[in-house]
Amino acid sequence: MELKGRHLIDPNDFSLEELKQVFDLADRMIDNRDTYGSICKGKILGTLFYEPSTRTRLSFESAMLRMGGSVLGFADANTSSVAKGESIADTIRVLSTYADVVVMRHPKEGAPKLASEYSSVPVINGGDGGHQHPTQTLTDLLTIRRYKKRLDNLTVGFCGDLKFGRTVHSLISTMSRYQGSKFVLVSPTELKLPEHLKSNLMEMYGIDIYETESLEEVIDSLDILYMTRIQKERFFNEADYMRLKDSYILDRSKLKNAKDDMLVMHPLPRVNEISYDVDDDHRAVYFKQAEYGIYVRMALIALLLGVDVNVDGK
Amino acid sequence: MLTVNSINCGIVIDHITAGNGIKIFEKLKLGEVNYPVVLLINVPSSKLGKKDIIKIENKIDVDLTMLGLIDPNITVNIIENDSIVNKMNVKIPDEVQGLFKCKNPRCVSNYDEYTTPRFKLVKKNGKIFYRCNYCEELTSYTI
Repeated sequence: MELKGRHLIDPNDFSLEELKQVFDLADRMIDNRDTYGSICKGKILGTLFYEPSTRTRLSFESAMLRMGGSVLGFADANTSSVAKGESIADTIRVLSTYADVVVMRHPKEGAPKLASEYSSVPVINGGDGGHQHPTQTLTDLLTIRRYKKRLDNLTVGFCGDLKFGRTVHSLISTMSRYQGSKFVLVSPTELKLPEHLKSNLMEMYGIDIYETESLEEVIDSLDILYMTRIQKERFFNEADYMRLKDSYILDRSKLKNAKDDMLVMHPLPRVNEISYDVDDDHRAVYFKQAEYGIYVRMALIALLLGVDVNVDGK
Repeated sequence: MLTVNSINCGIVIDHITAGNGIKIFEKLKLGEVNYPVVLLINVPSSKLGKKDIIKIENKIDVDLTMLGLIDPNITVNIIENDSIVNKMNVKIPDEVQGLFKCKNPRCVSNYDEYTTPRFKLVKKNGKIFYRCNYCEELTSYTI
């Protein structure tokens, strides 16, 4: 199905074939970096960021600017009409007339879905509370595909905050759709993957999930280790955050037992959950992952806008 | 035995599980109306043991979705000229809009007044839940 005019609220909005379309174009963009510099000329990306974000917002802006498009929007809800109490529906009705495609980040879960119901242009979910972060998932999948040359039959370990970590929720529910995916969930009891999500995935896809509190116990079985930050902003109480924030720290010594071709991934920003001494390890791909995020967003924007992407003669 | 006259024209909500009658009475705001309404509780029933019944001497719009959500045993009889002209069984609704709130405090539907919460029915281990259209959390409805 054509992606032009579609929204991306949840990674499951796209079929595996449609996801492949995005990754194929992103691959072409990475391999031919100078070719796509004006495919979005005259198009505008609206960035509606209701909560602070540095890399997601700048990654989207960079993606649009690299294709010759323009960007407008706000990065702080306190300085916009939102602060005056405007509903999301009213904001998007107006702003979707100013832009050709919109990316929204919002602290409330489901806000981009709500926006998509009233928008006249494609809406991309740039992260909604602890719910979904689909473009991070596209970034993660592209990174895995480029290093592993496949997205099926992989054992993926998720470590850290699996309760509030929206990047984990998005990635695990998308990877469940690829055949042979196995998941190892490493977290303290308080930050386990929400039961409704786990049971839903087990029911829908019959996936294999193993839960543990010990990273050392399982690290040798993993093809990918996806580390996450314990996010202060998702806690209602400071004491719980302080107690759990240092639960898992990946360092060189823990990596000793990992496979030589295991990937260490992280959605960034990290605080201290990956020691700096891991950065030089050949398995650490998180900075490359951030770079690929720009290209996957370029591919996504171009396909949602329906601009001509056949500029490299392929 | 307590007797209550039959109604000539109106609605009888029957087979209400004993104890739910007062809740439905309140949900339909029947305490505020100016036409005759009777709430019968603990009426002997061959099917339920005991049941509640509400008789409304007026033709009003009854939200069958809401009744199904509260109690799927309910039957609704429409009465005209002393006879039943329509008999409806309610059922657990597959979709619900605006009748209750999402339990997730971070859900946009609890924050943006413009939003009407919408849910889809999910059955898990014999229990009934509703999945929020916005945040996907499961909410179990209790009155």
